[in-house]
Amino acid sequence: MKLKLIGMASALALLASPAIAQDSVKIGFVTTLTTGAGVIGKDMRNAVELALDHIGHEMAGKKVEVIYEDDGFKPEIGKQKTEKLVKKDKVDFVAGYIWSHVLLASRNVPLKNKTFLISSNAGPSPLAGKLCHKDFFSTSWQNDQTPMAMGEVLNQRGIKNLYIMAPNYAAGKNMVAGVKRTFKGNITGQDMTKFPAQLDFSAELAKVRAAKPDALFVFYPGKHGAQFMKQYSQAGLKDQVPLYTVFTVDSISLPRLKDLAEGSLMTQFWAPDLDNAANKKFVADFKAKNGTYPSFYAAQSYDTIMLIKSAVEAVSGDLGNRAGIRAAMRQANFDSIRGKYSYGNNHFPIQNFYLRQVVKDSEGKFTTKIVSTVYENHQDTYAKDCKMSW
Amino acid sequence: MNWILLFEQFLNGFQLGILLFLLAAGLTLVFGIMDLINLAHGSLYMMGAYFMATFVGWTDSFMLAALLTLPACLLLGVVVEVVTLRRLYDRDHLDQVLATFGLILFFDEFVRLIWGPAGLDVPLPDFLETSFEILPGVPYPTYRLAIILTGLLIALFLYILVTKTRIGMRIRAGASNREMIGALGINIQMLFTLVFGLGAVLAGFAGLMAAPIFTVEIGMGANILILAFVVIVIGGIGSIRGAFIASLVVGIIDTIGRSFLPDLLDLFLDEVAASTAAPAISSMMTYILMAVILTFRPQGLFPPRGA
Repeated sequence: MKLKLIGMASALALLASPAIAQDSVKIGFVTTLTTGAGVIGKDMRNAVELALDHIGHEMAGKKVEVIYEDDGFKPEIGKQKTEKLVKKDKVDFVAGYIWSHVLLASRNVPLKNKTFLISSNAGPSPLAGKLCHKDFFSTSWQNDQTPMAMGEVLNQRGIKNLYIMAPNYAAGKNMVAGVKRTFKGNITGQDMTKFPAQLDFSAELAKVRAAKPDALFVFYPGKHGAQFMKQYSQAGLKDQVPLYTVFTVDSISLPRLKDLAEGSLMTQFWAPDLDNAANKKFVADFKAKNGTYPSFYAAQSYDTIMLIKSAVEAVSGDLGNRAGIRAAMRQANFDSIRGKYSYGNNHFPIQNFYLRQVVKDSEGKFTTKIVSTVYENHQDTYAKDCKMSW
Repeated sequence: MNWILLFEQFLNGFQLGILLFLLAAGLTLVFGIMDLINLAHGSLYMMGAYFMATFVGWTDSFMLAALLTLPACLLLGVVVEVVTLRRLYDRDHLDQVLATFGLILFFDEFVRLIWGPAGLDVPLPDFLETSFEILPGVPYPTYRLAIILTGLLIALFLYILVTKTRIGMRIRAGASNREMIGALGINIQMLFTLVFGLGAVLAGFAGLMAAPIFTVEIGMGANILILAFVVIVIGGIGSIRGAFIASLVVGIIDTIGRSFLPDLLDLFLDEVAASTAAPAISSMMTYILMAVILTFRPQGLFPPRGA
């Protein structure tokens, strides 16, 4: 009888234990680990693991636990996985999200359940404007910013007639809107292709040739980028129409594209050769551990962990102090791989954008180097629609 | 109207149609003759592409790899038929759908285990990596021309096989009346294995041809399989001729729609609405065509005789 009582008491004690302060920081990381886009998720996971190694798997003396979930490249699955992380695993932070449509579908789950949401890639315009939220942060960019920088580059290079190609989904539309906002010349043609189903761009490339533009601007993330680059080259357009891209050629596709991409130009907030201590350490250790250059997806994911760490340490590990964590994240007080940046009122970074070009490094590996700085401390245009101020 | 562009788009549509035909031919034979719905046909296409990528890596020769891929696909087709599908002929279509869907999952996971989740690339040999001036000032990728030519040759080969040979006669007979040829003492088991093997080779061939254009990756068969089903429904189930014509029609409608619909919609919609609506409507067009044909000719355009 006595034994039974003790047993019951200890069972009760076990049940009650969550009320005691947690001794670990739980982070849910939603990305794409299957389908053709799985390589992106793998790169992001590698970066998160590297970040955990660098911080000794600890934040403010607490163990860090990262739970990875696969969104299968589908908004509905991304939402389910987010729900699981928030409601079952009861994570403190949900992070990751490659795809704008997946992030938009998943957004409400953490934000309505008092959980911080950090985008490590996607930056759809609604989240920067009307739907901005006190618990949502980005360690990447707002979708429009990178193509806006490209629009400036096109102006500087005297491009008068531009053809635009992008996939028809949330991010694709933002990218097109972005480049159109700053590009001053003429748009001779535009094709929005079905996403993610369409992988054959022959019809659109034939139209590009017929339109005879001075340049072609494209946004094709992930595997679509590799396909596009191949077909652009096979169509013999490489010598006819110069190509300017955003998020199309990356460190994941470069080892496969090789010469096909050499010399191609893109804009980005970061590059592997960006000169600061945090970035040098990140790139060198990432290469040593994984044998490849980190992609921008990896860089943003690394920063996500570092941002969380800076906030958890600012409140000395008191995860119940949500106001304190929020205030600390707003400071972006950590050594970012992009150098020091600040947050706008909508919690999107105010940061530099660079023009990058694909080159071969001393070991014959393909990477990108910075050609010039296009924007300094650039803020996205949707920030003014965000009612939040702090 | 830009006639050169129209011509080029026509060729693009033709090339998509040829790829579709290679897939649909096998699908329509299997469906028409064996009365088996094979959802895993797209997996055979994927396996063809993966075999090709592997063999190109081993042999460093595009042609040699292609020659190795075809028997590998035949072998795979025969194994799949003998091990699993043979048990399904007497079951109803829903069981077949379930089982072949299971095969899709199996092959996707199998590929992930063997080749990993990242896609593979099949480099083209230099003589195909160029473009060819089909008209003055209009270069067209040589490889896509090669797809069109090879596809036409295969269509011709199938035509001769089906209409002029003894095997073809049995295949046609099987498509028209399965019970009857069994009653006439033809080894149906053998015929089925052969037909399925042929279908697997055609699917694998489509996969190996598509490999250099697209990335070889898990699930690459899923998208194109749906179009292939549309094709065989339009063409008439069991008819190679129907599959051929329907493939070209679907390929051309899909491509022409994609390429000219935005301009057409621009005339009476504003630019933003037009560029958003066009891809949606153009991807619907093939299905609309299928719906129309099903309404007026439910048996398809060229149903096999007696079906």
